[in-house]
Amino acid sequence: MAAEQTLKVQKIENGTVIDHIAGGKGWEVVKLLGLEDYPGTVTLLSNVHSKSLGKKDIIKIENKQLSKKEVNKVALVSSQASVNLIKDFSVKEKFNVELPGEIVGILKCTNPVCVTHFEPCESRFAVEARNPLVLRCTYCERIQTKLEFK
Amino acid sequence: MDFISTRSMSKDLIEDILKEAKKYEPKKDFSSVLKGKVLATLFFEPSTRTQFSFQSAMERLGGNVLGFSTIEGTSVKKGETLTDTIKMISSYVDCIVIRHPQEGSAKLAAEVSPVPVINAGDGSHDHPTQTLLDLYTIKDSFKSLDGLNVGICGDLRYGRTGRPLSVGLSNWDVKLHYISPPQLSMDKGTIKFLRDKKIEVREVLKIEDAIKELDVLYMTRIQRERFPTEEEYLKFKGVYVVDKRIMDMAPEKMIVMHPLPRVDEIVTEVDSDPRAQYFNQAKNGVPVRMSVLNKAITEK
Repeated sequence: MAAEQTLKVQKIENGTVIDHIAGGKGWEVVKLLGLEDYPGTVTLLSNVHSKSLGKKDIIKIENKQLSKKEVNKVALVSSQASVNLIKDFSVKEKFNVELPGEIVGILKCTNPVCVTHFEPCESRFAVEARNPLVLRCTYCERIQTKLEFK
Repeated sequence: MDFISTRSMSKDLIEDILKEAKKYEPKKDFSSVLKGKVLATLFFEPSTRTQFSFQSAMERLGGNVLGFSTIEGTSVKKGETLTDTIKMISSYVDCIVIRHPQEGSAKLAAEVSPVPVINAGDGSHDHPTQTLLDLYTIKDSFKSLDGLNVGICGDLRYGRTGRPLSVGLSNWDVKLHYISPPQLSMDKGTIKFLRDKKIEVREVLKIEDAIKELDVLYMTRIQRERFPTEEEYLKFKGVYVVDKRIMDMAPEKMIVMHPLPRVDEIVTEVDSDPRAQYFNQAKNGVPVRMSVLNKAITEK
């Protein structure tokens, strides 16, 4: 393959790389992790060719080491994503995202009369099943038919 | 101990409460049980049976009751959040009973309250003490809940009693017959929950389609306030009526229940039928709530 046809994205010196995000879902991940307001450099590659997934998205966040807890939220939109924590251009730690047992403060309950829409409290959902994903609101106990991000 | 949702009550806990409630049924003197304790009844929505029976239960146990039955004149009317109201009132009392239109409000109240919270109805979500007194009434009639065919009729989607009763009954080997129009049918999530617990569920449109099999016919009110227009409501009003004709078709030992108030679901001629248990059911609210209050206040 000619050099000009290859994907050229600089390695980052320090930061976090989220790889194997389902194709096109990278925009949701940016929003989910609140990266829209991050003052450093964020690179989003969308619909990149992937041997295993067909298409995938990649996000590179410079000079920010995301914690496992933060990055595990990504599993809500792309359960097969993997994370590389980079230091001095080398992979310091690598792990796959894992959905926590409880989702706090990220989603809105789809029940319009749930108390979480009216009171100063964080939304909370218990993860009842992972594949397919089944979430139940901790307050009104309604099963969520779709995911609505805050 | 909080009483927030029927789903979170174990079979052991339910049996324990029903057993203790039996102890309170004779009108003996129990005034030393919760002597010196104070209960707050916070009714953000109107109630007759639930509020009065909680009040009666607390007073029969020797405790005192304070509270409100409308938000008029309270700080809620001035815009105070539920969270702040609960934080404040919980510092005055030993237990809180709450009815509130928002679903999950009792759970939130329990999170911010250092004293136990009892859910007396949060929107269409749950009403666990109603379920307990319903189970008590059924058990009182049949001795065991296992093997019973229970028909639940009317507004199963928006009513706050049919769903938790189903969840409560799912701790036993029962068969459920849902009688409702498709627009007011039981939600799919609850039916899946029941079937996952190996509970047989049958859905029919008419009382006549199930009546001959039933041990219990649990009627509910079609609620006017749930319909967008009066015209829509009128389509369903009076669809389900238990009258002498229906009772003649019913098994001899079947009981008729209703959480009350009724509108036109059960005609008054049925009241004198020994199978009519709805007033007895309302009466059972007191011993069952005595049992709940004692457990809530004295156990962690």
